[in-house]
This record gives sequence, structure tokens and C-alpha cells, in this order.
Amino acid sequence: MTLSLDIEGPAAPPRSNGELVFEEPWQSRAFGLAVTLHDAGALSWDDFREHLVTRIDDWERTHPPAECWSYYRCWLQALESVVADRGMVGATEVADRAATLADRPAGHDHTH
Amino acid sequence: MTTSAPTNPDRLPPALRTEALEQLLVERGLVDPAVMDKFIKTYEQDVGPLNGAKVVARAWTDPEFKQRLLDEGTAAIKELGFGGPQGEHIVVVENTSNTHNVVVCTLCSCYPWPVLGLPPSWYKDPAYRSRMVREPRVVLAEMGLELADDVEVKVWDSSSEVRYFVLPERPADTEDSSEDELAAMVTRDAMVGAGKVGS
Repeated sequence: MTLSLDIEGPAAPPRSNGELVFEEPWQSRAFGLAVTLHDAGALSWDDFREHLVTRIDDWERTHPPAECWSYYRCWLQALESVVADRGMVGATEVADRAATLADRPAGHDHTH
Repeated sequence: MTTSAPTNPDRLPPALRTEALEQLLVERGLVDPAVMDKFIKTYEQDVGPLNGAKVVARAWTDPEFKQRLLDEGTAAIKELGFGGPQGEHIVVVENTSNTHNVVVCTLCSCYPWPVLGLPPSWYKDPAYRSRMVREPRVVLAEMGLELADDVEVKVWDSSSEVRYFVLPERPADTEDSSEDELAAMVTRDAMVGAGKVGS
């Protein structure tokens, strides 16, 4: 199977240096978390990379046909598994906290 | 009394999982938010292909620097003040009239951050990562770079051990250009080998 190269869409190869580094704010947060933990000596980059390679490989082998590729989703999953392995934050803790955040009333982040 | 169904954790969007992870890491003192904001800002605004362009322009105008760059990439790049994470082992490969080098990371997205910033989306795309190794001429043509049949194409797979950086060919008719003018011509794509300078 030959994957088509996205020439016009969001993964299009740009012709100049200009490009947004992150497409959505959470991607920059996920990036920043990994870099900050590495800088603080809390995770090794080789270790993180191994998890990232595994997540990307998993996605490529098993993703549903309709699911779009998201590099930073793999990045986030790798980060979650590294911090769980290292005993920093457990996987269920992240899910529980995220569920709590999801149940916030609408408009929670607005100040009036 | 009615309550809404609790959110299924497996269906949570990545933005919420990221926010949750950040909260937990900050609460436990494992991440300093100020340090994190500084890193994000640095990679969004400061570290980018302009650094690499300066390295290329220096190499085009200073033969001794070019030799040091080809001999020991990381050390030569540091002479210009560029270094840091993902730049520990940079190997520079030189494009010539009969050799075209192009870089890929087949397994993930290894990339020389200090000179190129963070990788563009196409570099991380599964299609680029798998196809550039198998059919580089076809992929390069799709990206707008047609190479003559007698040009040898070399594909370099960056990894945790080595990050490759392409020294593009200096365009013709630039003998009178200054180092700054040359740097302005160098594109990120050319330093990955996905393009040429001045084409």
C-alpha cells in the first residue's frame, strides 16, 4: 500500500520557513511537559523516545481507517506511559482528573 | 434528582488529558510551570530554521568552518552559539551537483532542534517516514524537487544517536552575496534535503 503524501492539507510540505509549530494549544503543553521533565532530570530522552516509537508503531498498525494521524496524540500517550512507569503519575489518575475537568460546568474558565 | 452520566475516560480529548497531566505534575512539584512556559516560548519563537540558515551561510563563505562542520557537526554549530536538547550528535552531510542527501526519521521524529527548531508536520507524517526510504525520488518529486537521473540520492535515518543535517548546495551566481544575504536564501526544507536553495 502506498500512502499518499499530503500536498495541500494540514500536513503539506511548506515551501518556506514559516509554519506554526503547534496546531493546538494542548500540543504545546504536552511538548513542554516532556521537555521540562527531561530538563529536570525526571525522564531520560531515550526512554521517552522508545515509548514514542512504540506508540507511533501501534497507531500505524492498528488505527481505525477513518482516524486521522495525530503526532502529538502519540506524544501525549508516550508521555503518560513514561510518567506512569516512573511512578510520577498513574494512568488512572490522569483519566480520573481529566474526567473531573470534563464535568466542569460550561463557562468555567470565564471570569465575569 | 438527576445527574448526567460520568464521562468515559477513554473518550476524553487529548486537551483534557494534557491539562489533567499538567495539573498532577505541577501539584507534585515535578514540573515548574514557569520553566515550562519558557521552554514552550523558546521553541515557538526563538529556535528555528534561521539558526541552521546561519550555519549554512557561514559554511558557504568560510571553507575552514565548513570543514569543521563536516568533521564534527555539533562542535562547529556550537561556535555560532547554537546547542541544546536534540543537538548532541549532529552529523552534517553535504549536497553536491551529483549527490543529494535527504533526512528522515523512520521510527518517530528525531530532528536537530538547535538548528532547525521543531520538525514540521510533514516530517512526522507516516507517509513521509515510510516512503522516503523506499522511493525517495518519487517523494521528492511530489514535494517539488525533480532530480536528474545521474544524481545519487542518499537517505539518512536520524535516530536517538545521530541527527542529520543537510548542507545544501550553494546556488550559482551568489559570489557577491554577503553571509547575511545567503542566510536569508536558505530554507528549512533545503536543510532537511526536501528541497534545494534557490529552486
